[in-house]
Amino acid sequence: MAVVTLNVNGQDVAVPAGASLLEATRAAAADVPTLCHLDGLNPVSSCRLCLVEVEGSTKLLPACSTAAAEGMVVHTHTPRLREYRRMTVELFFAEGNHVCAVCVANTHCELQDMAVTVGMDHSRFPYQYPQRSVDASHPQFTLDHNRCILCTRCVRVCDEIEGAHVWDIGSRGGHCHIVAGLDEPWGQVQACTSCGKCVEVCPTGALFRNTDTTAEKQPDASLPALLRSARDQHRWHNQ
Amino acid sequence: MTRTVIIDPVTRIEGHAKITLHLDEAGHLTDTRFHVVEYRGFEKFCEGRPFTEMAGITARICGICPVSHLLAAAKTGDKLLALSIPPAADKLRRLLNLAQLTQSHALSFFHLSSPDFLLGWESDPARRNVFGLMAADPDLARAGIRLRQFGQQILELLGGRKIHSAWAVPGGVRSPLSQEARDWILERLPEARATVTLALELYKKLLDGPLQKEQLVFGDFPSLFMGLVTPKGLWEHIEGRIRFRDATGAIVADQLSEDDYADFLGEAVEPWSYLKFPYYKPLGYPDGIYRVGPLARLNVCDSVGTPWADRELAELRQRSGQPATSSFAYHHARLVEIVACLEAIEILVADPELMHGRIRLRASLNRNEAVGVSEAPRGTLFHHYKVDDDGLLTSVNLIIATGQNNLAMNRTVHQIAREYIPDPVPAGAEIPEAMLNRVEAGIRCFDPCLSCSTHAAGQMPLRLQLLAADGTVLAERLRG
Repeated sequence: MAVVTLNVNGQDVAVPAGASLLEATRAAAADVPTLCHLDGLNPVSSCRLCLVEVEGSTKLLPACSTAAAEGMVVHTHTPRLREYRRMTVELFFAEGNHVCAVCVANTHCELQDMAVTVGMDHSRFPYQYPQRSVDASHPQFTLDHNRCILCTRCVRVCDEIEGAHVWDIGSRGGHCHIVAGLDEPWGQVQACTSCGKCVEVCPTGALFRNTDTTAEKQPDASLPALLRSARDQHRWHNQ
Repeated sequence: MTRTVIIDPVTRIEGHAKITLHLDEAGHLTDTRFHVVEYRGFEKFCEGRPFTEMAGITARICGICPVSHLLAAAKTGDKLLALSIPPAADKLRRLLNLAQLTQSHALSFFHLSSPDFLLGWESDPARRNVFGLMAADPDLARAGIRLRQFGQQILELLGGRKIHSAWAVPGGVRSPLSQEARDWILERLPEARATVTLALELYKKLLDGPLQKEQLVFGDFPSLFMGLVTPKGLWEHIEGRIRFRDATGAIVADQLSEDDYADFLGEAVEPWSYLKFPYYKPLGYPDGIYRVGPLARLNVCDSVGTPWADRELAELRQRSGQPATSSFAYHHARLVEIVACLEAIEILVADPELMHGRIRLRASLNRNEAVGVSEAPRGTLFHHYKVDDDGLLTSVNLIIATGQNNLAMNRTVHQIAREYIPDPVPAGAEIPEAMLNRVEAGIRCFDPCLSCSTHAAGQMPLRLQLLAADGTVLAERLRG
């Protein structure tokens, strides 16, 4: 197997050719934070939390979608990166309506955990308090746009794993939002198989089961990786 | 020149308020007003949210009695799902509410009101609080604090946390009572009983001595009383139907359903307070004045149904009348209700059903409108939701206990001010602090929770102002 060797935070590591920088940082036990990334799904680099510094590059590079290359020298936790990561999380909170105290995902929320990880005790940016809706038209699940951070995990898991492609991003810029089908109420989208994978991978309380109340959501974000590896290894008898 | 005395903020209550005493040009008292000066807007911003969130959201209205909102919201949710919760869930909810009543009443009696009784109306206001009580009678203060802890700890044992648990949900509750929790409750019950015995003995001595006058002038007037009772007319705090009794003891209405509250309750609004003025509709506003809370519950019921509480209730009725019409008797009623709660808790924890069996049902939305009711420590609490076909709220109405006592609180303040303020007030005269304290204490009889009643935030200091006819502030006392 071809490998590439590179240096992460002063430590030499070897990873298979084609591996991402994120995998390389994991090999070096450098804990690079991520929100949109999920093992088993293709990377989109939308959350910008995994940006790293690579010597020789004037730009910060997203570790999840940058291929590890021979001889790279990577820094994952410089003061500049720490500051940017905290700002990024602050912007997530300022941009939506995140009320942890009454949220279904309270204590099981990746955004909440990330705020702790990056040391965010308040947002330095003014809260936008956007007027957003709740789509509760599905008989089993609800989408609360107030809590959505546009990580697109739901879009990808539905497309890449379930193959239903119910979800997409609608509109542009600050008006971007998740849409079901052709921007229809979720409950009317016939393509939805009600499998619930989107709910399992949502990092916040944006997608939840209708019966979940405060702090009751217990997602399983390992599902895509499990399903993908099971398929790759032909673990199912009907494959 | 007419004047107005303003007490702002009112202290040792939950929330923000002020009291104004209005004098005419000759210095005679013409009007008193209890103003609630906060606004939070829960009814509005809950619109558009799933009804399943209401237990979690409305519990945040208050840190003292989040359980009351939790239960009212869960009960309203049950009705939207059109289901009857399992018997074990019903009993667990009852246990939660009994613990809530115990802790809140202990807080009101020991922490907030007893400093007035035990340290004296004229004592130094800087020490006339629970810390002053700790210095003067550390054993009593400790017992009172531990009684409240007993209630709070049961809330935590059931719901995982003392404040703002989301344990009661539409369809039931989240978890049963553990064996360890049951053992802890049984172990601490004797101490709780001893504390309330001590408090009752102490309070009755005070009633026979230094507090005799307060019984007569702290809001003693005829009014209706409203509360839940069982189908047989016994004391009730979570299920049951609504009963109104008048000041003569006659039952005016009985076994009313909360679903029909709009038929018998109206909500008036005055421009000087954010707190609404509910009234009994058949008598109109303001003649439909009624009181809710511990005294009202004990006035409307025929009996409590447990031996010790019934003995204490008989003594309360002997001392204060049947029904008791003095608002000062709320303090006594709180102690009697703690007795009732402790007896009910003892019976409940002996029931093995609390630790096993089905405790939560799940269902889809089956109704678009529902009203839930529970007895909060301060009185009857209504939650009324309308939802669309997806379960998103289109309308929310919360009728809070303290709001229902609003007319009575205003009348109480007026009666106390008439008794203790010189008539006429000489021009330029200072209002004695002890008088202002009595006016505040009149409000404290009701243990008002203004955070809930306006769904408003914050502590509750009190401002008292003396106002001239033209609105000029002539004297002011501010305590927080």
